[in-house]
Amino acid sequence: MARMKFLCDADRCIECNACVTACKNEHEVPWGINRRRVVTIADGKPGERSVSMACMHCTDAPCAAVCPVNCFYTTADGVVLHSKDLCIGCGYCFYACPFGAPQYPKVGNFGSRGKMDKCTYCAGGPEADGSKEEYEKYGANRLAEGKLPLCAEMCSTKSLLAGDGEIIAQIYKERVLKRGYGSGAWGWKTAYRETIES
Amino acid sequence: MSSFARFIRPAIGAWALLLLVMACPVPSPAQQINPTASSVNEQKLLQEMDRIQGRVSIPDQRSSVLMQPAGREWREFRNVALRWIGGVSVLGMLAVLVIFYLTRGMVRLESGRSGRTIVRFNTFERFVHWMTATCFIILAISGLNITFGRPLLLPLIGFDAFSEWSQWAKYAHNYLSFPFTIGVVLIFLMWIGGNIPNKVDLEWIKRGGGLFGHDHPPARRFNAGQKGIYWIVVIGGGLVAATGYLLMFPFYVTGIEGMQMAQIVHAIVAVLFIAAMLAHIYIGTIGMEGAFEAMGSGEVDVNWAREHHSLWLDQELARTGPNDSQPQPRHAASAAE
Repeated sequence: MARMKFLCDADRCIECNACVTACKNEHEVPWGINRRRVVTIADGKPGERSVSMACMHCTDAPCAAVCPVNCFYTTADGVVLHSKDLCIGCGYCFYACPFGAPQYPKVGNFGSRGKMDKCTYCAGGPEADGSKEEYEKYGANRLAEGKLPLCAEMCSTKSLLAGDGEIIAQIYKERVLKRGYGSGAWGWKTAYRETIES
Repeated sequence: MSSFARFIRPAIGAWALLLLVMACPVPSPAQQINPTASSVNEQKLLQEMDRIQGRVSIPDQRSSVLMQPAGREWREFRNVALRWIGGVSVLGMLAVLVIFYLTRGMVRLESGRSGRTIVRFNTFERFVHWMTATCFIILAISGLNITFGRPLLLPLIGFDAFSEWSQWAKYAHNYLSFPFTIGVVLIFLMWIGGNIPNKVDLEWIKRGGGLFGHDHPPARRFNAGQKGIYWIVVIGGGLVAATGYLLMFPFYVTGIEGMQMAQIVHAIVAVLFIAAMLAHIYIGTIGMEGAFEAMGSGEVDVNWAREHHSLWLDQELARTGPNDSQPQPRHAASAAE
């Protein structure tokens, strides 16, 4: 089985935010919730870089480890998903997540935290693949249709890569070799405890 | 004049352009261009600060934090350290109380009951006590559920039932925090007068509070042990309330690191608080004869007051008149008035 990962080649990201828009549209993500965002570091200064970031679907995911009701599960593809039926909206996954991925709709609990929402790697949730319930709770299940996450698929500069970890790491390595530079796979050390040698 | 200027101006311009071109260094084609040499670097940023922050163009400015691996230490605290601290303090206190009960037994009223009572806590004081106590018990159970429910209760009742219960427990935890906090504030205000440590407490502590043997060190309205409980409630309650509200209203005051710290303080203070309250519940019920009445009916037996709060009893009797002899039944006394 593949081990699905995200890789953002910061030397290619032009901060067009198309990945953010595509994600919101594909899953009909409610207002105020962003499963993916583009962060620009050292904005306007020499050496600035933009990184598109969402849930990294970590190995030994911290969110799953700290969840009081154990609502997370990892699929055979290494995608970290959760059940909104079990989630109680306590916010613990948000304290543990290194990437700020969990999002909470402002309902219930004094409007601070409803049931958590995050990037599903376009892989839906525990409901039947492609079902109406699944779409309403988690959005489209592209993975079940044999497609990769839309954010990466439509990235205009192919900065954001999604797919099997070994394959996208290989693509990135070849890029670095050919162009002679690379600022590394952002977040990989934190999420997967590995770096891509370049 | 104008013809000379017309002649000299392009000449000066040409010379200036030549100088400019010569002054500029021409990049040698053999030199490899490496834009990342001067670009921001993940490892360097993480070493400089424990997180990487930038700018986002979406309205949610909190999402501008790209990475903060500090959650890993918090995870260790929550899943390992807290379970040890909580388990040892709560189970340890229970073990101490069981051993104490088995060896010492209930602290008896040595002079027996006089049949005459004295008001110890009025209706308002008892209302505040029980409001706070009820909230505390529910907050404690729902709080322990967040830390210990997953390994202990979840395997017994299954995912759906546990999630349903935890959802209600979370709501109870959040909403009951308000009456609890009000209770702590009222307790602070209404009993502060009797809870300032003084010399009597030193004597009381020196004599072990009379917990062992048949000693009865003198005490005013509150002995040193009760003063300890009072300050645990006021300081501990204040801390759990403050940190709890930081967690309940995320980002109003503090960001993620602040919330991690708040959760650590909240959880440690809470489990120690629970352990302390177990001791309080013990001595107020099965641990001491005649103690529960103080918070039950609000009136304690005069002999109980003499044994445990001699200075307070003297003070009360002096205040209500010279009536230090011949204890009479309460009803007879009130009928005579």
